[in-house]
Amino acid sequence: MLRIAKLPIAIFALFIIVFPWIARQIPAIGNYTDIMVFVGIYCLITIGLSLLMGYAGQISIGHAAFFGIGAYISGVLTAKYGMNAWACMVIGMTVAAVVAALVGAPSLKLKGHYLAMATLAFGIIVFIIFNEEIEWTGGPDGMSGIPGLSIFGFEFDSVERYYYLVWGFVLAAFVFTVNVIQSGTGRALRAIHASEPAASAMGVNVSRFKILVFVYSAVLASLAGSFYAHYLNFINPSTFDLFFSIKLLIMIALGGMHSIWGAIMGTGLITFLSYEWLRYFEEFEIIVYGVILLFVTVLLPDGLAGVPKIVKGWFRRKVSDER
Amino acid sequence: MSADIEENVLELQGVVVTFGGLMALSDLNFKVRRGTIKAIIGPNGAGKTTLFNVITGSFPPTEGTVRFNGRPIQHLKAHNIAALGISRTFQTVELFGNMTVIENVMLGCHTRFRTSFMASGLALPQSRRKEKQIRESALKILKFIGLADKFKDSADSLPLGEQKLLEIGRALASEPELICLDEPAAGLNETETYVASSLIKAINAKGTTVLLVEHDMKVVMNISDEILVLNYGQKIAEGLPEDVRNNHRVIDAYLGGVA
Ligand SMILES: Nc1ncnc2c1ncn2[C@@H]1O[C@H](COP(=O)(O)OP(=O)(O)O)[C@@H](O)[C@H]1O
Ligand SMILES: [Mg+2]
Repeated sequence: MLRIAKLPIAIFALFIIVFPWIARQIPAIGNYTDIMVFVGIYCLITIGLSLLMGYAGQISIGHAAFFGIGAYISGVLTAKYGMNAWACMVIGMTVAAVVAALVGAPSLKLKGHYLAMATLAFGIIVFIIFNEEIEWTGGPDGMSGIPGLSIFGFEFDSVERYYYLVWGFVLAAFVFTVNVIQSGTGRALRAIHASEPAASAMGVNVSRFKILVFVYSAVLASLAGSFYAHYLNFINPSTFDLFFSIKLLIMIALGGMHSIWGAIMGTGLITFLSYEWLRYFEEFEIIVYGVILLFVTVLLPDGLAGVPKIVKGWFRRKVSDER
Repeated sequence: MSADIEENVLELQGVVVTFGGLMALSDLNFKVRRGTIKAIIGPNGAGKTTLFNVITGSFPPTEGTVRFNGRPIQHLKAHNIAALGISRTFQTVELFGNMTVIENVMLGCHTRFRTSFMASGLALPQSRRKEKQIRESALKILKFIGLADKFKDSADSLPLGEQKLLEIGRALASEPELICLDEPAAGLNETETYVASSLIKAINAKGTTVLLVEHDMKVVMNISDEILVLNYGQKIAEGLPEDVRNNHRVIDAYLGGVA
């Protein structure tokens, strides 16, 4: 059976728990907890997206739109109508699920990569709506006044509190996704990846599984959008443009398409590059990504997730050389 | 009619398949009696695999009806047909190479155990229980096909002979009423062929109806109850093995070429 080891998950959870404390001790990385909030938010998207790409073998170029749907539904309903933030999150996820089913079903019922085209068009349309529906969204200037999150009077009003909230959800989504991969559903997805004719001859409803995973990934992206809106208290359309959809794909390609760990690593690396390490490159940022992507595809076909295997291989060769 | 349903698992009427201008199957009619082994033979390109593709729902026939237990199925999708109780293997091995031997068979159980996305994501006890049942069921099949000791191996690491057996095992995992085997002995040596044909007999002895496409005449003549001969998409003979062996049209079209 495909077993994803529990120990690394526990170690990773521990790392997440102590990280803010470490960041507090070292002034040079004092702002890293804040960046890690964004890493967590983006991880929610890439965990679902990597299931879609790595297991269902489909590409979405429109996940920024689902991210935006969550952000705007949360933003508009809480800031303008004063609705309960958690209820709005659920509304956002429900809307994202329905929209994903409508957008995904026609193209996922066909063989081939029609989803990429459908989501590309969808992403552009949603981006236009965010810009044009000024009355609701504030148009290109964006909307402010989105409240923070709280539960039973407990306010998630500091960076660290929000950090733990977001990463709690990331870990839950991670474990949920790992469980799915290790179940009959994951087996069906891997079967689809290996041979669609054989999978369907064995009774696997190929398009149903692809739609299911696409919907799941859209729901996670919407949840991420809600967290984003309540963290920044301000959103504008440019966050949810085509470039962001592509950036998500780069995160997954960098991390390694066939591993959820890869999604997390890729997301962490790209987010730190763009928020911190490459800040001074500005527009040239995209060139750096291009170069990174080129290196990864040539040198690390399995992305960052494949590095341990390569290192093990070197080590073994070295040991046998010395004998 | 109900007596007919009892008697025949599968019935094809006027089945036509065309690919562009090519007529791969033309006006094909035949029945498969419950509990028998029926062989389909014919030269390469005769339309045997196309016939399997139509029966198992890879694509619908251009014309005609396919009845399974009396019910028309020609418009159904492959996964629905699998759920009804028809299973198959492929002429060129289509295993899930990225999975282990046991996982391949476990996937074969897909139609028998349903787990929801939610239940598996939350790792609910019911979904764990099902997973255990699936595993046990798969292990039983691996014992039956003689691959139990290789359950952990990656499917594509097996030699061809065992890959072919594993495909049969995967197809059995859905507990089908009808199993369609597309050249199960192709590429196998004599011992492997013997193992495969004994396995087919054993499957049939358990009550599963077998539809068999095979070029190895020794296998076909030994284990089939009935033979249907195709040539250029047309039925040119059908009957008991000894009758077909002596049919002059068959000898001309097919066996003659060999002898
Ligand atoms: N998907 C397809 N598209 C076009 N032609 C096909 C297709 N599948 C089979 N054929 C053609 O149909 C004929 C029958 O093929 P097939 O059923 O594979 O024969 P067999 O299995 O008896 O060797 C051949 O001429 C083959 O080239
Ligand atoms: Mg064939």
